[in-house]
Amino acid sequence: MIRWLLGFIGAAFSVVLLWSLFSGLSTHFSDPPEPTAEEEFHKHPKPLHLASDGPLGHFDRQQLQRGFQVYKEVCAACHGLSHVAFYDLEGLGYSEAEVKAIASQWQIEVPSINPETGEAATRPALASDRFPSPYPNEVAARAANNNALPPDLSLITKAREGGAAYIHSLLTGYQNQPAELVHKFPAAKTPEGLYFNPYFANLNIAMPPPLTSEGQVQYADGTPPTVDQMATDVAAFLVWAAEPKLENRHAAGIAVVVFLLFATILGHLAYRNVWAEAKRKVRVTGAIEPENKAKRRRANRKAGVSD
Amino acid sequence: MSFSWAKAYEPKNPFMRWLDERLPLPRLVYGAVGGGYPVPRNLNYWWNFGVLAGLFLTIQIVTGIVLAMWYYATGDGAFNSVEHIMRDVNAGWLLRYTHANGASFFFIVTYIHIFRGLYYGSYKAPRELVWILGLVIYLLMMATAFMGYVLPWGQMSYWGAQVITGFFGAIPLIGEPLRVWLLGGYAPDQAALTRFFSLHYLLPFVIAAVVVLHIWALHIPGSSNPTGVDVKDEKDTLPFHPFYTAKDGWFAGGVLLVFALVVFFAPNALGHPDNYIPANPLATPAHIVPEWYFWPFYAILRAFTTDFILPAKLWGVLAMFASILLLFFLPWIDKSPVRSGNYRPLFRTFFWILVADVLILGWAGGQPATALPVAIGQITSAYYFAHFLIILPLISKFETPLPLPRSITDSVLHGEKQESAPAGVEPGTTTIAGEGSSRK
Repeated sequence: MIRWLLGFIGAAFSVVLLWSLFSGLSTHFSDPPEPTAEEEFHKHPKPLHLASDGPLGHFDRQQLQRGFQVYKEVCAACHGLSHVAFYDLEGLGYSEAEVKAIASQWQIEVPSINPETGEAATRPALASDRFPSPYPNEVAARAANNNALPPDLSLITKAREGGAAYIHSLLTGYQNQPAELVHKFPAAKTPEGLYFNPYFANLNIAMPPPLTSEGQVQYADGTPPTVDQMATDVAAFLVWAAEPKLENRHAAGIAVVVFLLFATILGHLAYRNVWAEAKRKVRVTGAIEPENKAKRRRANRKAGVSD
Repeated sequence: MSFSWAKAYEPKNPFMRWLDERLPLPRLVYGAVGGGYPVPRNLNYWWNFGVLAGLFLTIQIVTGIVLAMWYYATGDGAFNSVEHIMRDVNAGWLLRYTHANGASFFFIVTYIHIFRGLYYGSYKAPRELVWILGLVIYLLMMATAFMGYVLPWGQMSYWGAQVITGFFGAIPLIGEPLRVWLLGGYAPDQAALTRFFSLHYLLPFVIAAVVVLHIWALHIPGSSNPTGVDVKDEKDTLPFHPFYTAKDGWFAGGVLLVFALVVFFAPNALGHPDNYIPANPLATPAHIVPEWYFWPFYAILRAFTTDFILPAKLWGVLAMFASILLLFFLPWIDKSPVRSGNYRPLFRTFFWILVADVLILGWAGGQPATALPVAIGQITSAYYFAHFLIILPLISKFETPLPLPRSITDSVLHGEKQESAPAGVEPGTTTIAGEGSSRK
């Protein structure tokens, strides 16, 4: 009885599903979905190789400092870094004094109160502060950016498919909208105030091209500041910003894997030792060797079975 | 417990004797996972995954308790507290990555454990309650994992909560008030976050309690085995300790090794990038997807696209719940007296089709809801229901099983290759599992 009832339920679900399939497919063929500009012109990030990639990856501190410089001189005007504190910059190889200097000279001051009157005020940043937001609130950020909100960059390489490669591709991917696209999808023409970028999900991004010319940032270490170099460096910096503990993770990972490998091998040897006598199978491989025969006899005797 | 030859606990030193006379805790442990629990000697490695599920439950509880010391369940503080754990708490990144990936591994080993039960007929008499308690654990796991994923309060947390609690809104008449009552508001907010945190902390301990019942119920008939033939005498079994503790021990090391590779070298591979964006009720992500372990059910939910007497959404919700609830009836759906799939050629074929079907369902559930994944999801969903509710009862009616070995020891001594046709048993004279039990 119960089986009939359940069988009926199963048949009902299956029939409704096949009906959904049928009506879905017939709609699909009678009224095929229009191709979109995003489907045809969106590009996946170009491959990018950083020193921090892979299980043994380490940060290239020289590069992180260059990337930080790009962030400071270009990105920081609009993008916050709210989860990162100034003292974290010691991870980039800066000394404590240098970090203090960077904090106190940071272009945006930290919201505070006037100690005399209690009125809202600002003060220079301390090493213990997190990076202050460039805008007091979201409304101010949108008002200053044509109603677009510049995202916080602390976690950006984790929060976007493709990570650092996506950042690098986006920064170097600005171009004129292909004529073919406008010809094929006249409605998808980049609107006024937006910029065409095939690496951005909907192809039109509100951020003006931030890295436009070689030498926009003057590197202290003499690395030629090409647009590609600056984009790579800032992407590397943002990988660090999203996970300053990445090197600890890799180092701990190696130690744990080595330990577990050792423990597992020892465990396996112990297991073989424990099971040696009770081994459930005695395999006779190839020609029957006397040794295997003896093993089988022993196992059989132990199990109380005649040969 | 279980068999008459199970060894009774004998305290080895005066303290244990003193304790055993007053509180027989050592006796309990000895009988449950020690030398006092006889286990079939022929278990293969698929039998290791129950212990592994227990291991991952423990890992989740331990890391979770420490994470809760640093986590703030507030709409403003949740996301930032998680980042604080990642950046400033000592080994906080390790705790969080272990906990987040531990959930995935808990599901991986549990799925293998469930499919092992399906293949070897572990749900059949006399182990129906073991199976049902296992399913209760699985449902509790799903609830716990869902609420845990909401806690970081990222975009996928928020919108996942929105979608999942939306299921209740599909129930006719009471749906919407029920949804609002569960959430404590019209959309996920502070009230939902706080109660999810409270329940996320509570449910693992409920799981642990049901695990005790699961093991207790298992120890009455004892563990099943790859032949599905009942244990007949002492030759067929080995004491759990040291034989299976050694086997489980080294295998757990190997699985932890794989786990470590993910935690340390690809900790975000199983997550979704959008969950590193703070929750924003005003910005809907392009594709809302749950975590990978819910994808098959998500595919079933989305497979109903056409109203048919009932609204499509209600069909989807009913089917999604039915897809799990039907497993509770499995012991009565599959009436074949032969337990192990090794001796059921037709069943075995359909079992592997089911495995492929569920994997494809999972793929379909993880894709954006475009025409092809939805169509594939519809076919595989239909097969899923047909498999359990139509095909399985028919197989058990019409299939001719292969001859079973006379005993576990017999099958062991003839080697695996000959298990399906052991010497001395003529075709047709099958020994049916369940008869001749020597259990006291």
